[in-house]
Amino acid sequence: MRFSGWKVLSEGLTGNRGWSPHWREPEPRQDYDVVIIGGGGHGLSTAYYLAKEHGLTNIAVLEKNYIGGGNVGRNTTIVRANYFLPGNSEFYSHALKLWEGLEEDLNYNVMHSQRGLINLFHSDGQRDAFARRGNAMINQGDDAELLDREGVRQYLPYLDFDNGRFPIYGGLLHRRGGTARHDAVAWGYARGADQRGVHLIQNCEVTGIDIENGRVRGVQTTRGAIRARKVGIVVAGRSGQVAAMAGLRLPIESHVLQAFVTEGLKPVIDHVVSFGMGHFYISQSDKGGLVFGGDLDFYASYAQRGNLPMVEHVMEAGMTLMPMIGKARVLRSWGGIMDMTPDGSPIIDKTGVDGLYIDCGWCYGGFKAVPASGHCFAHLIATDRPHGAATRFRLDRFRTGHGLMDEEGTGAQHNLH
Amino acid sequence: MRITCPICGERDRREFYYQGDAVALRRPAPDAGEAAWEDYLHLRENPAGTTRDLWYHEAGCGAWLVVTRDTVTHAVQAVALAGDGSAEGGS
Amino acid sequence: MRVEGRGLIDRARPVRFTFDGVPHGGFAGDTLASALLANGVRMHGRSFKYHRPRGVLTAGSEEPNALVTIGTGPGAEPNVRATMQELHDGLAARSQNCWPSLRHDIMAVNDLAAPFLGAGFYYKTFMWPRTFWEKLYEPLIRKAAGLGALSGAANRDRYEKAHAFCDLLVIGAGPAGLMAALTAARAGADVILADEGFRAGGRLTGETEEIDGKPGHVWAEDVVAELDAMPNVRIMLRTTVTGAYDQGTYAALERVGRHLAARPDALPLETFWRIVARRAILAAGAIERPVAFRNNDRPGIMTAGAVRTYLNRWGVVPGHRVAVFGNNDDAHRTVRDLTAAGAHVVALVDSRHDAPDVAGVRMFRGAMVSDTRGRRGLESITIRSVSGEDHLAVDCLAMSGGWNPTLHLTCHTNARPLWRENILAFVPVPGAVPGLSAAGACNGAFATADCLREGRDAAGAVLVDLGHAVPQGTLPRASDDAGRLAPLWAVPARGRAWLDFQNDVTVKDVRQAAQENFRSVEHMKRYTTQGMATDQGKNSNVAALAILADVTGRTIPETGTTTFRPPYSPVPIAAMGAGGQGKGFAPERFTTSHAASVERGAPMIEAGLWYRPSYFPEAGETNWRQSCDREVALVREAVGICDVSTLGKIDLQGPDVPAFLDLLYANRFSTLKVGRVRYGLMLREDGHVMDDGTTARLGEHHYLMTTTTAAAGQVMRHLEFVHQCLCPGLDVAFTSVTEQWAQFAVAGPESRALLNELLDAPLSDAVWPFMACGAVSVKGVAGRLFRISFSGEHAYEIAVPARYGASLFRLLLSLAETRGGGAYGMEALNVLRIEKGHITHAEIHGRTTADDIGMGRMVSPAKDCIGKTMSERPGLSGPEREQLVGLRPVGDVKKLTAGAHLFDPDDEAVRVNGKGYVTSVCYSPTLGQMLALGFLKNGRARHGQRVRAVDHLRDLETLCEVVDPVFFDPEGERVRG
Repeated sequence: MRFSGWKVLSEGLTGNRGWSPHWREPEPRQDYDVVIIGGGGHGLSTAYYLAKEHGLTNIAVLEKNYIGGGNVGRNTTIVRANYFLPGNSEFYSHALKLWEGLEEDLNYNVMHSQRGLINLFHSDGQRDAFARRGNAMINQGDDAELLDREGVRQYLPYLDFDNGRFPIYGGLLHRRGGTARHDAVAWGYARGADQRGVHLIQNCEVTGIDIENGRVRGVQTTRGAIRARKVGIVVAGRSGQVAAMAGLRLPIESHVLQAFVTEGLKPVIDHVVSFGMGHFYISQSDKGGLVFGGDLDFYASYAQRGNLPMVEHVMEAGMTLMPMIGKARVLRSWGGIMDMTPDGSPIIDKTGVDGLYIDCGWCYGGFKAVPASGHCFAHLIATDRPHGAATRFRLDRFRTGHGLMDEEGTGAQHNLH
Repeated sequence: MRITCPICGERDRREFYYQGDAVALRRPAPDAGEAAWEDYLHLRENPAGTTRDLWYHEAGCGAWLVVTRDTVTHAVQAVALAGDGSAEGGS
Repeated sequence: MRVEGRGLIDRARPVRFTFDGVPHGGFAGDTLASALLANGVRMHGRSFKYHRPRGVLTAGSEEPNALVTIGTGPGAEPNVRATMQELHDGLAARSQNCWPSLRHDIMAVNDLAAPFLGAGFYYKTFMWPRTFWEKLYEPLIRKAAGLGALSGAANRDRYEKAHAFCDLLVIGAGPAGLMAALTAARAGADVILADEGFRAGGRLTGETEEIDGKPGHVWAEDVVAELDAMPNVRIMLRTTVTGAYDQGTYAALERVGRHLAARPDALPLETFWRIVARRAILAAGAIERPVAFRNNDRPGIMTAGAVRTYLNRWGVVPGHRVAVFGNNDDAHRTVRDLTAAGAHVVALVDSRHDAPDVAGVRMFRGAMVSDTRGRRGLESITIRSVSGEDHLAVDCLAMSGGWNPTLHLTCHTNARPLWRENILAFVPVPGAVPGLSAAGACNGAFATADCLREGRDAAGAVLVDLGHAVPQGTLPRASDDAGRLAPLWAVPARGRAWLDFQNDVTVKDVRQAAQENFRSVEHMKRYTTQGMATDQGKNSNVAALAILADVTGRTIPETGTTTFRPPYSPVPIAAMGAGGQGKGFAPERFTTSHAASVERGAPMIEAGLWYRPSYFPEAGETNWRQSCDREVALVREAVGICDVSTLGKIDLQGPDVPAFLDLLYANRFSTLKVGRVRYGLMLREDGHVMDDGTTARLGEHHYLMTTTTAAAGQVMRHLEFVHQCLCPGLDVAFTSVTEQWAQFAVAGPESRALLNELLDAPLSDAVWPFMACGAVSVKGVAGRLFRISFSGEHAYEIAVPARYGASLFRLLLSLAETRGGGAYGMEALNVLRIEKGHITHAEIHGRTTADDIGMGRMVSPAKDCIGKTMSERPGLSGPEREQLVGLRPVGDVKKLTAGAHLFDPDDEAVRVNGKGYVTSVCYSPTLGQMLALGFLKNGRARHGQRVRAVDHLRDLETLCEVVDPVFFDPEGERVRG
């Protein structure tokens, strides 16, 4: 079924009885060419691109719960390409280009909205660092503009320019940055993959990975054994546990990142804004809720929930930066589990096991990466060669020290990125 | 979240700095080899369950602590001083 | 309308308020909702999507419909529940989400388009043409969406945070909570009793039943009076416990001044509490659920419990002709209470064929309300039974689909509740939150006698746990009737039957979601937005789940439930972020010279929480560069004074300090002699540079380490880690003395002469060569002197105990000024260090190695140090890496900017050609040109070559020569001279 305004009209006139499932509920086969473990955004987009770009259709995505229930359904929905280190630059640039064609490609309105992202800076040193970043973005072919204080004021007059603890020196404007409706991204990819013959199998937990003579043969699941020629692990938040089934140890520590949404309000924040002196980033959803977040809770956790210290810190940051949001009421807080790596950048690579591939370590960056992660991981799985936009996301970079991508400059302590 | 510092008593999590897995106590010898150092600095068991991790009572007594804790429930099972030998010692 | 003789309001104290500008009257003790209903105002808002008229549905914090904006200007507060807002004189409430008025709302046209606006319609359209999304569709959607509006002005109200500790936190002051608090308090436990309402008693304030022969609310008042008199009890009314966190930590919001017409300045509007409780008892009661039937959303239709509460607590009958519709015995009380109050009850509709009799009312057994009419408020209902349809004119319908235990807090740490079939509701799973137990209606015990017993027993268990004796006593007498009910979630009919009244989610939407395979409850929620309104699904989740279960052929437990997340009810950002506004977000640190710098007009800038002077403007100087150039020159030519106290200072003592320093620093310190200072480079264990600084050996076993300002805390923590965790056997002790010593740089050719005027004993080069240190006497004050230099000049740093800092700074300035010198600030400091190629965190930004900054040879091969092994990884050194270089403009363009990227002269400025970047720039008055430090691939081998610095952002391209980073006095003659 193709979605369009006409379809909505014609269904509306006929009682909305004709809508069909966005995806089917197939019984698992015994044998697939490729099994993707993990039905989150990255896993679904991997399956979609395997089918669309590499002609593979005998694919299963195995999801232990419901699809899109992990971090793709619990993030602050920001889409941007504003990294500055080689490796990240080309990858997120690739991702943003895919985002820009995503609705047309998927025939699904993921509400990708390029409302502009402004990263604020608060000292000369930060300005210099942001200038370096902005120039790297332009070198990569993406957009960036350096705003001075008055420039920021034109866009964000509601910031506290006079009394805030950290003065606002300016901001880096990334016009193509913005937001998207997170759930819709998962559903759009799921529907697209399903339409191309991919089996999306929910409530199917992988309990083991079968390896013979150094080659993957399939997986054990709560719904029986499934053979596969190739297996991709895409389970950010549980990467260590699944990789351990194949005897792999990963450079990952799992941390909880909280996010918040307020009650619905009339439009008041038009951009995505981030504070440079204390992790705080905010945008307003199309429903009117202010969606915002901050830093990790900083302790290893799988709980998908956080504690008050970071909650209060984030609110305090919001109040010093933009005290006009004070009367907005926080409706809901939640947590997602981040795969934190020693340099804050992800991994898309082969493993030591033939036919077993891994895509993990997304730290904070996972949502905006969804299209490119799937695109590049599909390329790796299908061709056994890394995609040009993801050549540096190697598993061995920590061992060799080659090509580390430590954007924060905080070093090999997992929770500091 | 509350942690009971063996020196100061029960305190709010805000007083503590978290570093990571207590594997950091087992610093390899300089010549222990690439794999040992990779294990030490990068690779993590990262259990969904009981873990032992290092916290620093930064806004308190300054003690480094080994906290035995559940990463799923956040229950704290034990807290020991990292430096007094009751947790596994260093080099 | 108000009925005489009922209600817990103070009729002697009338209150005036306005709604949408229209003046109304109420009484002290009213809520905005009860007063509006008393005034016959039934329509309070518009729904989110279809802009349907909305009236009050409940009498509690779960209210989804009656959301209003209170106040105007910066104090305007959107989305206030009229059911929770206490009435006070001058209260001005406005309706929201409607234009031009509540009665005539243009967006109500959406209701006509409802067939096209079903679940998830927006995912299927608005895709073409692509550019229309941001330009047209999305702005329209955003404008239509949202409820109230923020004023856009900075918050001006006072909010606070507070902390409390107790043995037992009792959440909810209904019968169960009061009984629990009383039991624990009598045994001597420290008790906090919190209730979101402004009157204790819970449902007892809304019902007519008796306890111990007294009206329930009187019994509650008596208990409160007893508790109030006990020193170990704190009663917190108007306090909603909003979240359960780890190790017995609870969040709570107290509405301190929200109910006052005139609030003293010192009183906060709200206070956010962090309560640490050894144990907690949840006694939060239950929330009545509506029934889904066609057009069940009209103003005048409310829950049966709410109707009773408005009657019994506020003396308000919300209609002239009332009907009651339910599936349970509890709803029948509504008929009895209304009839007793003289209200006209036209029908009792009970879906059960075996419903018990109620006297004095027309009874419809085995019947259901299948439709309603009334454009802006209920006018009539249609009753469908086996005998056919009846149409009755009513203006109020009390509905009850049973009760859902208020178990939300028990789910905040991820537990899922259990389905209990006999009450058709979820109940808490025991032990869901460690230390928290549930009692009473929130635990599924609906009879008042059961609430009292569970409250007492839960407190008893806590007392045993905490080692208190459990007091003996009999329970108060109360009703043990829990009422029976039969399942009734939705009345089958065509048309729309609302589940989520605010978000306009109907039974049809849930069915359509299932049809489109959004069969997981999480999928259904996210696709339909069911339960995502401001009530977080408190009124609708269970019914929606039941319908999903029905459509998908599963049981309710099989279908599952979504997770409840904090906060229980929404909390203002200003409350949770209290203290953060303005300067409160982070500490401010001031040096001892701060006042003197400010007096001299120096702009103070932030540096690692400290404030430092940027420059010291003099008369006639119109921009910072003039001041900076002058200050650089005075250091190079005479003498400059700069406060450097912000650098971290760590005092280390003990026989093993040399070994400790050897492990900490890349270079060797065990060879440092007493009275000497050495520059040291500290690595992180991953082989990258952590920090740099100097360490002085003040005595045989006494050292003083300095760190950069920004890294002081990190280095201190690192030292503690290395000592306690890696080498606890070393005999060292250390502490931060950053704030104990004021330290000033005295830099320039005249520095020694100046110090000789100041110090009690003169200096000589023989005793005080470069990198010497030692004790000095400064006008009788014991100080320290270090002959170190960041400027590259003959320079010293002089330190005195912080209490002498302010006067020493002024003295140094006056001495300097007599020699043609003066103060210099951060700008000049930066120029001086760039001229000398000295690094700061602009260069050691966390990604650079010792080799990158040209200090690879400092990593001593003869000893281990933190970071050494990993710094030897192949990727961390060598010509492939970007190395520190100096850059001077050599083409027509003379300007340089930090953040520019470096390219070979003929390469296009794109990422793949990138060779490096510029980290620091300055105009050097000494050398008469701009200088830059930067990192260039294989840069050390490229001295003398040319590169292009490209700054796209500032549209600048500068051809540069690659040079050694030390631009000025490369031999270091001045510093030693």
